[in-house]
Amino acid sequence: MAVAQAPAPVPLRVEKRQTASVWTAQIVRQAVVDSFRKLAPWKLYKNVIIFIVEVGALLTTLICIRDVIDGKSFELARFELQISVWLWFTVLFANFAEAIAEGRGKAQADTLRRTRTQSTARRVRDDGIEDVPASLLRRGDVVVVASGELIPGDGDVIEGVAYVNEAAITGESAPVVKEPGTDIRSSVTGGTTVVSDSLRIRITANPGETFLDRMIALVEGAERQKTPNEVALNILLSGLTFIFLMVTVTLQPFARYSGSEISVVILVALLVTLIPTTIGGLLSAIGIAGMDRLVQRNVLAMSGRAVEAAGDVDTLLLDKTGTITFGNRLASEFVPVDGVQAERLVSAAVRCSLGDETPEGRSVIDLARAQGYAHLVGTLPADAELVPFSAETRLSGVRSNGTLVAKGAVDAISAAAGSDPSRDLVAHSQRIAGEGGTPLAVLDGHQVLGLIYLKDTVKPGIRQRFEELRRMGIRTVMVTGDNRLTAATIARDAGVDDFVAESKPEDKIRVIREEQAQGRLVAMTGDGTNDAPALAQADVGVAMNSGTQAAKEAGNMVDLDSDPTKLIEIVAIGKQLLMTRGALTTFSIANDVAKYFAILPAAFAVTYPALDALNVMHLHSPESAILSAVIFNALIIVALVPLALRGVAYRAIGAASLLRRNALIYGVGGIIAPFVGIKAIDLLLTAVNLA
Amino acid sequence: MTTIEWGQLALYTAVLLLAAKPLGSYMATVYEGRRTWLHPIVRPLEAVTYRLSGVHEESEQDWRRYLFAVLAFNLLGFLMLYLILRTQGSLPLNPQHFPAVKPSLAFNTAVSFVTNTNWQSYGGETTLSYFSQMVGLTFQNFVSAAVGMAILVAVIRGLARHSAHTLGNFWVDLTRSVLYILLPLSLLVAIFLVSQGVIQNFAAYKQVATLEGPTQVLGMGPAAAQLAIKQLGTNGGGFFNANSAHPFENPTAWSNLVEMLAILLIPVASVYMYGRMVGSTKHGWVLVGAMTALMLLGAVIVGYAEQTGNPNLEAVGVTQVAGNGQLGGNMEGKEQRFGIGNSTIWAVTTTDASNGSVNSMHDSYTALGGLMPLANIATSEVIFGGVGSGMYGAVLYILLTVFIAGLMVGRTPEYLGKKVEAREMKSAMVALLIFPLLILGWSAIGVAQSFGTDALNNAGPHGLSEILYAFSSGAANNGSAFAGLGANTTFYNLGIGINILVGRFIFIVAVMVIAGTMVEKRRVPASLGTFPVDGVTFGGLFAGVILIVGLLTFFPAFALGPIVEHLMRSGTLF
Repeated sequence: MAVAQAPAPVPLRVEKRQTASVWTAQIVRQAVVDSFRKLAPWKLYKNVIIFIVEVGALLTTLICIRDVIDGKSFELARFELQISVWLWFTVLFANFAEAIAEGRGKAQADTLRRTRTQSTARRVRDDGIEDVPASLLRRGDVVVVASGELIPGDGDVIEGVAYVNEAAITGESAPVVKEPGTDIRSSVTGGTTVVSDSLRIRITANPGETFLDRMIALVEGAERQKTPNEVALNILLSGLTFIFLMVTVTLQPFARYSGSEISVVILVALLVTLIPTTIGGLLSAIGIAGMDRLVQRNVLAMSGRAVEAAGDVDTLLLDKTGTITFGNRLASEFVPVDGVQAERLVSAAVRCSLGDETPEGRSVIDLARAQGYAHLVGTLPADAELVPFSAETRLSGVRSNGTLVAKGAVDAISAAAGSDPSRDLVAHSQRIAGEGGTPLAVLDGHQVLGLIYLKDTVKPGIRQRFEELRRMGIRTVMVTGDNRLTAATIARDAGVDDFVAESKPEDKIRVIREEQAQGRLVAMTGDGTNDAPALAQADVGVAMNSGTQAAKEAGNMVDLDSDPTKLIEIVAIGKQLLMTRGALTTFSIANDVAKYFAILPAAFAVTYPALDALNVMHLHSPESAILSAVIFNALIIVALVPLALRGVAYRAIGAASLLRRNALIYGVGGIIAPFVGIKAIDLLLTAVNLA
Repeated sequence: MTTIEWGQLALYTAVLLLAAKPLGSYMATVYEGRRTWLHPIVRPLEAVTYRLSGVHEESEQDWRRYLFAVLAFNLLGFLMLYLILRTQGSLPLNPQHFPAVKPSLAFNTAVSFVTNTNWQSYGGETTLSYFSQMVGLTFQNFVSAAVGMAILVAVIRGLARHSAHTLGNFWVDLTRSVLYILLPLSLLVAIFLVSQGVIQNFAAYKQVATLEGPTQVLGMGPAAAQLAIKQLGTNGGGFFNANSAHPFENPTAWSNLVEMLAILLIPVASVYMYGRMVGSTKHGWVLVGAMTALMLLGAVIVGYAEQTGNPNLEAVGVTQVAGNGQLGGNMEGKEQRFGIGNSTIWAVTTTDASNGSVNSMHDSYTALGGLMPLANIATSEVIFGGVGSGMYGAVLYILLTVFIAGLMVGRTPEYLGKKVEAREMKSAMVALLIFPLLILGWSAIGVAQSFGTDALNNAGPHGLSEILYAFSSGAANNGSAFAGLGANTTFYNLGIGINILVGRFIFIVAVMVIAGTMVEKRRVPASLGTFPVDGVTFGGLFAGVILIVGLLTFFPAFALGPIVEHLMRSGTLF
């Protein structure tokens, strides 16, 4: 099969994927409608806490109606009505929190779905080509896709070379080359568009199972299952709910013994304010929003479990090339030899690199500029003749006026100079090689002026990120095929904790197993088919979208931007998700203290006036006290929706400082906040004469 | 509080904390099976015990077999004690010729002593023979404490070991607890008590003429031997009905100090031992610190309340101000030889631990003073708590703290490098849910029905306190009585009996299940990102969870009992 030349890139309109904003009118409107839909008990029963609130709301509403019919006092009816209304609001607010989180996912899913609109595929048959709806394609079918057409399903390129625009999936507008026979560039995703030439594709996924389908289901939250931590947290919250149910149920006999009954409305109010409605109402929103934050960064997690695992990661396994370094050897130093002036060396190095468009050549010019030799960077003389690099000469440069200015391997340049390398040259080149770099000798005419020190350059800022990771308690391990010396140099420059040199593909899985044997959770990125076993073994395996289908199947996350450094953000998002859950749980439980002080004196105002000493907030009346507590309890859910969706800010300051900080804000703050809030609501209610 | 009371509290706390490390280290050595300085004497006894009972020292049990051994041992212990009580009339050492104990009372007593509760529906000197006291009760005083310690050690192994299955051998842990720890300490304390005048004899009761003229019968018996383990094993069941207020049980200020120290000695050392054996001494100290803070908080509140006295007494002209050679304060129900400080410290420590012995009448305390012992019990005895049982109960609260707050560092909750997951939460929540159910449920029935309220000596909030106290004391295996409640009725014997059994074994089962799942987990090495359990923040959170989750449950009930009584006390009597 003839391999075609890569076609010329086609300029395309930039089509960045839109990230849905939370508060667009449409999403909010839909969420409001959904909050009412979710009132249906058969939908709500799964959330024990909110379900109990609904039962309470129903009960107080019935009591209120009964009392109105019985002609009880206006004040009593007004009180009961308000309590009922606010209890319904509590349920609605909790529903709203979930609905708005889901709404955002749905909006994103809709955007994706538009790309999946019924397209027609041209299927190859023995007797020619037939048009079939894309939904009828089966695994193993072969289709032809021409320029300007949508690729009808996930598959592998078996013939042709073409540019494909994957903006629909990745948001990245620059088209990418697809060709058969390569590990990475052969796989195509349904819903993306061929923008030049044409491809023959073997379909690898049945309809409904394609990458796009799975992605839509994930962002929509349709497949959402409770994660292990959510399950455990639910046990705790349900346990607390039953404890408080018991507290309120037994309070009636104690009250009767003490001389008077408490009205059922007050008992329901006490129960609802004591059970952890705040976290109960926001828990699923936190989970959905966590997934969503990943989607916004163009990362798809295949399960909520994977996001949680990301928060727990102890070790990051990082490929050197592409993740830690640029992967190209770049000029980092000019080394003159035999007493040659530095300026002469730089000048020659620049001249022989002016026509050199390789990354190495460009990096020589960049280094000269950076070191203050910008004035030496000119243009090539008119008569200059480029000497391209070849395997025989192992040098490249420019011939002008009969003089060769070149750079190349030390022995090749020495041979071109016609002399044995000087001791100084040998010493310097050995030093550079010893440090893992590549020495490039520079020739001007017949004189060797010195060396260009080429080295694999660490990406800027990566060191700081690793330091940050260390403060988060995460170990970084670099994996590279380089020899030990080179690896050690890069490891030191990048500041990784450990490295594996001269690694073979199977080494990754070995390292992961070793780390896991010590109880650590490991995250890694990968793209090739030979990464697949390691991706599957890792606790968090992030496959690059540019990678093979096998890699994507093996990992539990896909990075649509194919940016390996994103692993660090993924870990932070995982941590943020868990922190938000913990912070709101703590806040919710800490809130109970103030609610006792508001409701208990009010509930027993008649039986034991002395208990008014517990009314430390000096709430206006028993009715206003109870009402204020219920209203605070409802409003706090809405007030915390933005925090639940945005997540608690994560800082890499170490667990001890983080704990101190959050315990103070959400624990101590959680005790104090309701005192202030309830008092404020009480003042307001009194001012507008509602209680 | 007066200066002398502050001094007493400071001395008491200091001695306890100083003893924690040496005793805790010694206990750790014992349970790890390493050589101690008592080996030359005790090791032969230990070896003989195993040989006679066919225990293979080296063979270990998983959590199911360990738990089964505990339950079987307790069932046998119950049957043996029940049998002794039912047949004491025909058994030796019965100079007063006491008849067999009635079935219902024998049942109640046997259940109570096997579970380390030691709730007493009987008067020792009017019901039990010396044989019943010594062979029946003292034996259970030792082994019920040892069972608690053995379970704690099994739980510790569950946390400290990883990727393992077994938790140790119950029979070995039981034997070592008794031989290396409880017996030697009891011996020391008993000898000291005898030196202070505590009696130890097998004589018949003495008839003596009092100074006023009439004669009085003085109970006799082997008291000192039983009292040492009564305190050290957080049992609390008195030899005499008046418990530690009786001059033959607790004659002097010195005997009082030593008996008070004996209450918390092993529980405090157990917390240190826990930290050491799970691999973080600092974690142990943080727990000791949090528990000490809660204990001192209680002691200061009770001390303040009792020293301030009762305004109703003030109103009838009784001076309660300290000075002029007067101690002042509320001395009703307290012994003159102990005064306020030695009574209130005792009241607080005996309820922090699940001891339940008393040297003053808690019922006669001021409302606020009486609230604290009740509140201590209602935390399910984790402020040091009972021997073994306090620390293993605290593990449930630790898991709760780790679970609620642990997420705030951005990792799924883990404790000592092990993930805390649904199964552990389920066990912990079941125990922490059933505990208040036992107390609030029975109390609610008690106050709603005449068979409950008829037993009350006091009406109103004070009556509610009495009922709450009785059911709490049972459920938490404390065994102390608030008094003022005629608890020897079918309803209370049944309710309290059920509370004793369920309260003891639900916690044991819960922690053993947790130990069983934790021991199999892998351990993640600690890093900068790990939830720290050895800092002040954790100590604060732990104390906060005990107060908020443990205590807020009871806040409404307390508000209608001791709290409202305190708020309305002037001019109102119940």
